[in-house]
Amino acid sequence: MTDAALPITMTDDAQPRSPRRAPEALRAVGGALLGLGILGALWAFGGWIIQRDPSLFIFRDFAPGPTLSRFWTMVQSGEAWRMAGPSLNRVGSGLGLAILIGVPVGIVMGRSRLFRDLANAPFQFLRMISPLSWMPIAVMAFSTWDGAIVFLITVATVWPVLFATAAGVRRIDPAWLKVARNLGARPLHLLTSVILPAIAQDVFTGIRLALGVAWVVLVPAEYLGVTSGLGYAINDARDTLDYARLGATVLVIGVIGYALDLLCLLAIRRLSWLREEAR
Amino acid sequence: MRHRDSTAAAASAHRHGAGPQSGHSAHVRVSDLSHAYRRGGPLALGGVDLEVRPGEIAALVGRSGCGKSTLLHLIAGLATPTAGAVHINGARVTGPSPRWVMMFQAPSLFPWMTVAQNAALGLRFTRRAHLVAERIPRLLRLVDLAALADRNAQELSGGQQQRVALARSLATEPDLLLLDEPFSALDAFTRRALQADVRRIAGELGLTVILVTHDVGEAVAMADRAFVMAADPGRVVCETALAPASREPGTPAFEAERTRLATLYETHAARRDAA
Repeated sequence: MTDAALPITMTDDAQPRSPRRAPEALRAVGGALLGLGILGALWAFGGWIIQRDPSLFIFRDFAPGPTLSRFWTMVQSGEAWRMAGPSLNRVGSGLGLAILIGVPVGIVMGRSRLFRDLANAPFQFLRMISPLSWMPIAVMAFSTWDGAIVFLITVATVWPVLFATAAGVRRIDPAWLKVARNLGARPLHLLTSVILPAIAQDVFTGIRLALGVAWVVLVPAEYLGVTSGLGYAINDARDTLDYARLGATVLVIGVIGYALDLLCLLAIRRLSWLREEAR
Repeated sequence: MRHRDSTAAAASAHRHGAGPQSGHSAHVRVSDLSHAYRRGGPLALGGVDLEVRPGEIAALVGRSGCGKSTLLHLIAGLATPTAGAVHINGARVTGPSPRWVMMFQAPSLFPWMTVAQNAALGLRFTRRAHLVAERIPRLLRLVDLAALADRNAQELSGGQQQRVALARSLATEPDLLLLDEPFSALDAFTRRALQADVRRIAGELGLTVILVTHDVGEAVAMADRAFVMAADPGRVVCETALAPASREPGTPAFEAERTRLATLYETHAARRDAA
């Protein structure tokens, strides 16, 4: 059969393409540094205005100088980690619970039309309730302050995880499931080999959103009875009029939040299977 | 393949008209098969009977909507017929199985996997991961993709992706390959190369193949026998053996056979479709 001798290479034109060009990455990092620089300049400008106005004298420690030096001692003495540790623990527990609940329920919601019809209205209703409005109920329902805070974070973060998961499941190409079944996949295979890898990037996009919400909800939640964590530190610094410490704590919150978001972004990049050229 | 020698010989003997029934290529019998997508709805298939012998490449030809793809899905066990039955090697088909594998128009590779991982899916699903290291490189060589084994599936051209799908279908060593217009989205060059490749590979492995196509030329180039189907309800209206000498597109023998099949289709199916 001479057909077999057709030059296969003629039709096979795909060449390897570099996934990310160096100038692009350089540009992204440069932009981020410049943006942070502008933010720092605005902060310094605000500090300069406070310094010039005697009526704002007590707030002068909010300026970059005092705040940054306090931040540095905070980091060196380990105070920053002692504050952040319990907070990270609470966010981790709350977000972990939200993932344990949100991912399975999101998968069911994405797969089942009936469940979607039933659950959509109540879920959207619950989602729109500010998590902090559960605070009094949480305080009554849980025997420990920590339990109440974890509950608040879970309530706040379950929705982005759940809805992102459901949206990811609905975008799964039905042909992938047909192909898998055709090759002998059992229901568990469909979950582990098709559904979970297909939605991983969506789930982590939801987790990234959820983490932002959790980090925001954390500080007011830690105004509750606890005597540890970043929210407590903010409250404590305000009560003791230690504005350098307050400013430094705000900086710690920002730095950790930014780092966590960056970790999520890296996870999404890593799990994302959609190639640039296929977009 | 473990059964390459015996079955390839059997299949080629069969193609010359005298082959004994092979243990490794499938014998397919479709009896009085009817199917409606809704209960009480119009029949997509109405009483189809056909038989495909071991090692044979059979083509189901007909215009779109004649139920040929439905018939293939029913043979594959991906849908349950309203009435009638499909038997493969004497056993009634009740669901999908790695013994008979369907290849679709779209390759539908998993985009988060490499070429080799995609090809190995069937082995992993059927708990034969220990065979991956030995079998997958060989299959990728068979479909001319050995050099691309570690590429992401999305980086391949359409024809290469369909080759991966072919390797994926063959990995579980099926007896029966069901092809649902698998090359219709490809350009003419790639399509011709793949048609020839599938015929060669099916011959080497002694596979039974059922091919659904609306392209009469594709049926002539690939199949030993063609079943012409008509619509409303879908049914087989005529069956014909295709001459082995006419598989080379562009040759007078090919053109003559194509014209013969097209005429058969016109007289049997098109007239009834119109009526």
